[in-house]
Amino acid sequence: MADLKLTDVEKAYGDVKVLSDINLDIKKGELIVFVGPSGCGKSTLLRMIAGLERITGGTLEIDGLVVNDIPPAQRGIAMVFQTYALYPHMTVRDNMAFALKIAKKSRQEIDAAVSRAARILQLDQYLDRLPKALSGGQRQRVAIGRSIVRDPKVYLFDEPLSNLDAALRVATRIEIAQLKESMPESTMIYVTHDQVEAMTLASRIVVLAGGGISQVGSPLELYNRPENEFVAQFIGSPAMNMIPGEVVETGPQTVVKLEGGGTARADIPTNDGDKGLKVNLGVRPEDLTATDGEEFLYRGQVEIVEALGELTVLYFKPDGRERPMLAKLPGTHAEMRGRNVKLIAEPDRIHLFHNGKSLLYR
Amino acid sequence: MIGVGGCVGYFYFSNIILDKVIFPAKGPQAGRNINRANKVRPWLFLFPAMFALGLYLAYPVVGSFWRSLFDRSGNNFIGLGNYADLFAGSSFRTAVFNNLLWILVVPAMATFFGLLVAQLTDRLKWGNIAKSLIFMPMAISFVGASLIWKFVYSANPDIGIINATRDFFGLSPVDPVQIPFWNNFFLMFILVWIQTGFAMVILSAALRGIPEETIEAAIIDGANPFQVFFSIKVPQIMGTIVVVWTTITILVLKVFDIVYTMTGGNFGTHILPSYMMTYMFRDDGRATAVAFVIMILVLPVMIWNIAQARKEMR
Ligand SMILES: Nc1ncnc2c1ncn2[C@@H]1O[C@H](COP(=O)(O)OP(=O)(O)O)[C@@H](O)[C@H]1O
Ligand SMILES: [Mg+2]
Repeated sequence: MADLKLTDVEKAYGDVKVLSDINLDIKKGELIVFVGPSGCGKSTLLRMIAGLERITGGTLEIDGLVVNDIPPAQRGIAMVFQTYALYPHMTVRDNMAFALKIAKKSRQEIDAAVSRAARILQLDQYLDRLPKALSGGQRQRVAIGRSIVRDPKVYLFDEPLSNLDAALRVATRIEIAQLKESMPESTMIYVTHDQVEAMTLASRIVVLAGGGISQVGSPLELYNRPENEFVAQFIGSPAMNMIPGEVVETGPQTVVKLEGGGTARADIPTNDGDKGLKVNLGVRPEDLTATDGEEFLYRGQVEIVEALGELTVLYFKPDGRERPMLAKLPGTHAEMRGRNVKLIAEPDRIHLFHNGKSLLYR
Repeated sequence: MIGVGGCVGYFYFSNIILDKVIFPAKGPQAGRNINRANKVRPWLFLFPAMFALGLYLAYPVVGSFWRSLFDRSGNNFIGLGNYADLFAGSSFRTAVFNNLLWILVVPAMATFFGLLVAQLTDRLKWGNIAKSLIFMPMAISFVGASLIWKFVYSANPDIGIINATRDFFGLSPVDPVQIPFWNNFFLMFILVWIQTGFAMVILSAALRGIPEETIEAAIIDGANPFQVFFSIKVPQIMGTIVVVWTTITILVLKVFDIVYTMTGGNFGTHILPSYMMTYMFRDDGRATAVAFVIMILVLPVMIWNIAQARKEMR
């Protein structure tokens, strides 16, 4: 239930800067997801917001108040840890009541808050159990319940699902989405390395890479209009294909001649000076279709066919680039194995990058 | 070589005898014999260990008890006479009372100080140096430690630091080990001084084992350092605290050296082990009777200790 503002925030361990130039405005009621590869500093950023990690540069404001030097408990935040971090010697009830007991709330108030949280999370039957007598999913719900009872301004989640098995992960993800829906006023910051979680939960995604923010935007913005090659390849699965090429025609549409003999027309405006520009063409596997026509974007031999039923993933023979070309076609195409296939894509599904930056954002 | 060969030989031949001679897997009762042989087999393997345990553990216990029923010459059976004499004598009762004091005070103090030091030195740069210093007394024998403290407690202001301090403030020297009742505590303090290091090492490891996130969660929940320590950390290492506590309790029931060296049990400072020592080699019947009383006292603590240690393992 609060606005957050990060200005030029940075984090250094001794001489090693792990984060710098973090500028971010988070509005009340948003569910922000920090996503990025392991070790990029997601947890560090979250822990700085929580107050568990000192901010070594810049300012953090919550509701207009600079909180850099305010201890965690007074920032109005609650945090859910990846390892649940339940107090092993306390029952579920005591785990949830601990913060309120510390705050010297009355018995009635504590009981009311705990039973409300237990009801929301369907933990009523487990209130008198110890954490060790609960399943992983239930433990994580207790950890979430511990946050709810405090009625914080900001909820912080650090990879809350990564210790759960696949089925439970999906179920708990949906529960978190419902929880957010039932508390539209609350602000949530959610850390994950899993882009599916990011896409399904976020109102806005913050992609972290290389010690800074790579792009901020809604899930579909990031998917449709990635600012740079990193975001383009990080969001979406399987990752976007990249083919080097050279601009040959400019105008409201751009024509690119590609390595491997293909050409592609993109709905991206360029001007005369761009002729001859070296670019990387990006195209998502799901945007490619097989063609028999003269024109093609890519031509190659199919090496592996993964038939998943509703769709088929084609892996092409590597042609010297670091990753093989991938295409994702609807339906079943088991017969394509070993064949030479030509691929094309619609002009509005093509991305062009120069020096790693998208031509859309020049 | 002979030992290993003997072992192999024992298992090999005992199994052969079992399978071929006692329950042969032939004839009309082959199936039943195999089952019976398999029921007996575990005992074959257990037998040597149980025999050794019996020889070195059970026999001395029974033997001691038997000896405690005889008089000092060891020739005349006097039943429970030694025990009756013990409980009738006032010095034995003093020793029991003092020993209870030791059991209450020493483990409590050593565990408390150990926990305190473990927590306080946890995050310090020079914490490890402090810990090594506090651990040092563990490496000193009880007699050695007593000698050191004899100097500390010395009535001569030129030697004893206590009396040197008193002297500095113009007070007349006293002999701490001769002050009735309180002298017990001065002696106990020596064992506390020795055992704090032990408690500290074990508890420090236990504190390190507490998941960092539970502490961070408590900090976010608003707990101050005291609440984090008493509500989050201590309960999580309670099992270890109990093990340390009971281990020191058991130790208290066998340390005679300190009393023996410092006062020889004079000035009302006897505890059971030192009391036993005064009879040793003079009246073995009575000494073993004391030993037996000590064993009865240790037994429940021992059982609890092992139960706790097992719980910790799980
Ligand atoms: N206490 C520390 N001292 C030095 N470097 C650290 C410390 N904690 C984290 N780091 C470094 O900071 C980077 C970011 O870590 P983290 O925030 O945990 O990554 P993520 O959560 O995105 O996987 C990592 O490269 C890690 O090595
Ligand atoms: Mg992390």
